[in-house]
Amino acid sequence: MPDTAVQAHAMMTVLAVRGLRKTFGALVATDDLDLDVARGDCHALIGPNGAGKTTLLAQLAGELAPDRGSILFGERDVTRLAADARARFGIARSFQITTLVDDFTAEDNVALAVQARHATAMRFWRNAFTDGALRSPARSALARVGLAERASVRASDLAHGEQRLLELAIALAQEPAVLLLDEPMAGLGHDESRAMIELLRGIKGTVTMLLVEHDMDAVAQLADRVTVLVAGRAIATGSYDAVRNDARVRDAYLGENG
Amino acid sequence: MLAAVLHQPFWVNACTRILIYALVAVSLDLIVGYGGMVSFGHAAYFAVGGYTVAVLAQNGVGTALIAWPLAVLMSAALAAVVGALSLRTSGIFFIMITLAFAQMVFYALIAVRAWGGNDGLPIDARGVLPGLDVRDPNVLYAVCLVLLVAFVVVSAQLVESRFGIVLRGARRSDRRLLALGFPTFRYKLVAFVIAGAGAGLAGALWAEYARFVSPDMASWSRSGEFLVMVILGGIGTLAGAVYGAAVLLGLESLLAGFTEHWMLPLGAILLAIVLFAKRGLYGWLAGTSDA
Repeated sequence: MPDTAVQAHAMMTVLAVRGLRKTFGALVATDDLDLDVARGDCHALIGPNGAGKTTLLAQLAGELAPDRGSILFGERDVTRLAADARARFGIARSFQITTLVDDFTAEDNVALAVQARHATAMRFWRNAFTDGALRSPARSALARVGLAERASVRASDLAHGEQRLLELAIALAQEPAVLLLDEPMAGLGHDESRAMIELLRGIKGTVTMLLVEHDMDAVAQLADRVTVLVAGRAIATGSYDAVRNDARVRDAYLGENG
Repeated sequence: MLAAVLHQPFWVNACTRILIYALVAVSLDLIVGYGGMVSFGHAAYFAVGGYTVAVLAQNGVGTALIAWPLAVLMSAALAAVVGALSLRTSGIFFIMITLAFAQMVFYALIAVRAWGGNDGLPIDARGVLPGLDVRDPNVLYAVCLVLLVAFVVVSAQLVESRFGIVLRGARRSDRRLLALGFPTFRYKLVAFVIAGAGAGLAGALWAEYARFVSPDMASWSRSGEFLVMVILGGIGTLAGAVYGAAVLLGLESLLAGFTEHWMLPLGAILLAIVLFAKRGLYGWLAGTSDA
């Protein structure tokens, strides 16, 4: 590449993975993986079960340490940073398995995300449950996902679909630079999926997204770029149509689904 | 009630004991009930607070203005060390490690001859606060009451603060709080140190009250007693811990009057309360089974 192209590339890429490798015993979950996520893109990560999508996401979020390779966030090497430090730099993640604070209300859960964005110092005195600086951003994030009416319901009492929406509201309230979405459609009914896709279309472009998703409808509608992961390796990257027509991908993945 | 009590030394002493134990129980509830940190070694901080006052008195430092803050500091320092090591674990391992540290304190206190070893250390010097004679049981009672109320008020504020909701959130979902960017280990450690400091203050008060400290203050059965007070009163209620301390001490002295095997009926009563009052005595009195 000519120098100017390298520079343009560096400016565009917000999250870069280089030679990432992670093994569990004999199983190679991430196999010398390279990945570039461009600023503002919705970049989908697809692949058959066991391809290493969730393991990769955990390494990007800092919950799992890679054996080797590096993860660059902008100019910064974040490979050795813990999950909480990465979150403070602007890498947020949503969870597939609910990890909501189940005895807090929906609004409390979002308010925690607002608080995380605000302050680094501990504050011991002022009541956080009535603090407008936390509560009004939390309420507007809930309104954005259509949960305004359910703000005071305990997280554990929300329906599954509502919990997925709450998951998204929390991620939005964090105002991240990069949002790692772990199967936001998982377990949703048809109508709920449609609503979730609409919501994600609404935030597309305002935040860089790395979307792990099985729902091909969602991927087709949302993704600017798609990377196909098979056995821990990225076998193809490109637009949804380009990837769909790639012979290797058809063999490895789409073919088996018909 | 207060006025009637103040004319009878027996009741003043009994109530002072309750207030001191309640202070330990409230501090323990802070980490058990809100931080999910079940410490089985809370007696260690109680003992360190007490020994600090006793050893200072032995060396001629009788001013409570120096001795009590130093007792709090020593306990907080111990809690910082124990917490920094044990908070790397959770669940049953956390319980065991906190117990192990408390046992170390217990045997260390037995080992120090200069502090009386197994026999403990009596306090001869007179503890003084400016303008207050804490040797007077009524004054000591009042001081304990004020300190307990202050600790409960501060704790109640703390658990509703930004600090408090991070602590409570991490109890349920540590992974989520980390993903949001909270260094949860640091939050838990701070809470652990505050709890240790509270127990240390109670230990200092106990030394003033009993004019005597012994390794028994750090024993594992004492740690267990503190946990029983918290559970009895209702985990995560703060005020409940005060009821728990009062009821446990009350039952102990009541039943001991009937039979020397008073532990047996006490066990049965505790079992009944834990089984039938979900949120402990606090929940039962407040008429709610969940909050």
